[in-house]
Amino acid sequence: MKKIGIIAALVVASSGAFAADEALYTEFKEMMDRSFKTTGIAAKHRMYQLDFQKECSSEKSPSAKALKAIEADQLKTIRYPADGKYSSGNWKEGEKIALSGRGLTWTDPTPDNNGGGCYNCHQMSHKEISYGTIGPSLADWGNIRGSGADNVKYTWGKIYNAKAFNGCSNMPRNGDSGILTEQQMKHLMAYLLDPESPVNKK
Amino acid sequence: MRQGNKYLTLATLLAMAGGMGSTAALADKSTDEIAKYRQMIADGNPSELSAAQGEELWKTKRGPKNASLEQCDLGLGAGIVKGASAQLPRFFKDTGKVQDLETRLMTCMETLQGIDPKTVVNEKWLKGERDTMASLVAYIVTESNGEKINIDMKPAEMKKMYELGKMAFYYRSGPMDFACSTCHADTNKRIRLQDLPDLRSQKGAAAGWGSWPAYRVSSGQFWTMQHRLNDCYRQQRTAEPIYGSDVTIALSVYMASTANGGTVLTPGLKR
Ligand code: HEC
Ligand code: HEC
Repeated sequence: MKKIGIIAALVVASSGAFAADEALYTEFKEMMDRSFKTTGIAAKHRMYQLDFQKECSSEKSPSAKALKAIEADQLKTIRYPADGKYSSGNWKEGEKIALSGRGLTWTDPTPDNNGGGCYNCHQMSHKEISYGTIGPSLADWGNIRGSGADNVKYTWGKIYNAKAFNGCSNMPRNGDSGILTEQQMKHLMAYLLDPESPVNKK
Repeated sequence: MRQGNKYLTLATLLAMAGGMGSTAALADKSTDEIAKYRQMIADGNPSELSAAQGEELWKTKRGPKNASLEQCDLGLGAGIVKGASAQLPRFFKDTGKVQDLETRLMTCMETLQGIDPKTVVNEKWLKGERDTMASLVAYIVTESNGEKINIDMKPAEMKKMYELGKMAFYYRSGPMDFACSTCHADTNKRIRLQDLPDLRSQKGAAAGWGSWPAYRVSSGQFWTMQHRLNDCYRQQRTAEPIYGSDVTIALSVYMASTANGGTVLTPGLKR
């Protein structure tokens, strides 16, 4: 009896810091749970995290190994175009989607015709000066990266699920998360890769 | 009164805020409006109107108890408004809670005037008691303009709120996988042409936290901090934070205490 008591005490002592973290985390989850409500299409379940979202939710990035595991998982979600055609889009349509940041908020009526919000984070066209800088510049994407099969496939994959290539990327999973349709992503492919698009033509 | 500035178009604002001339087409259309805008701020920050209404409301007997708010304790003692919001949020012994300006005002409205907090919490922005709240806030924060941000982090309750706020800051969820940190955890970043303060740093937090509540020229409205946070969560595509909920207080403690030592410039003037 006594022995068990001592072992128990040791276990409690050594996990003291951990237990405090756990208690705080439990309190945090309770706080999140009572602080949000469903409004319009923004349902309360949006506050519950996917596993990778949880791993990517601290000041420190997960270990290289953990990131690799997330990427391998996310890679499996990518659906390449059913008809095998990446180049059937129209860059003019693509530009509209890249510029539009609408959709999915609790003030948006329906979850369709969402924008990609690409300009919130990326420079793209040579002509558009109102661009954000959270992501790298994509100006001249087609000129620099070319329209070889590898880059075409990578570009599609990155738009579909950015986390497949950088586990905790700030970029949304446009395809996997149902933000954009396959057709919209094809238009964006044209915007990035068509030589006539202002992304590639000065 | 507050709607008087609706003629300011987004084009004007882009041109103004960017200071980059945007495009020729935009600049052309908006020269007129920029002139009007300059004229408008020459007479002062438009939230002076809200502040004046708020001061009036502070002194007005209202609610089932027909009392004014003049005995309200915002942390510096009953009735002291000057400098009070520069030291909020803080831990209040009487409620046993950490409160920001708006939740503290709800307490005063309830205890002094008998006004049910639900009339604020369940209201829409800029309507009814929420509108009253905005005016009161405009008055109170004007009285802290130029003061030092001075958040008392000694109480254990504040330390815990800070930790919870930090966790909320990095919490990714929803269809876009965004957290506050997606947009506010790096230096010199922007969304379209809007600069994003790095809220992890003292400088960034002082600039971001310290210039709210603010008058938003784009909507011609005075916005409280609760309103600002609500709109950031909207852009983040999460569910909606409940007015005055603990997550909003925790985030406020995280930002305000990080900003400690900075200068309050409220009400701010934003695009
Ligand atoms: C909230 C920010 C954000 C949004 C919105 C966003 N991106 Fe990105 N994007 C990034 C970041 C950051 C990177 C850099 C790599 C990484 O972390 O994933 C990136 C990388 C990329 C890359 C690969 C660049 C390279 O050099 O490999 C492509 C292509 C791309 N984005 C396209 C898009 C398109 C198209 C859209 C709109 C549908 C979009 N992005 C929306 C942040 C964003
Ligand atoms: C998708 C991007 C995005 C996310 C996510 C986001 N914000 Fe913001 N935030 C902005 C933008 C853009 C502004 C610029 C102000 C505006 O809208 O005019 C801003 C402004 C602010 C400001 C005022 C700064 C100033 O200088 O005026 C604060 C404070 C702030 N955000 C806090 C937060 C917090 C806390 C969260 C998380 C709950 C958050 N933001 C999430 C984009 C974002």
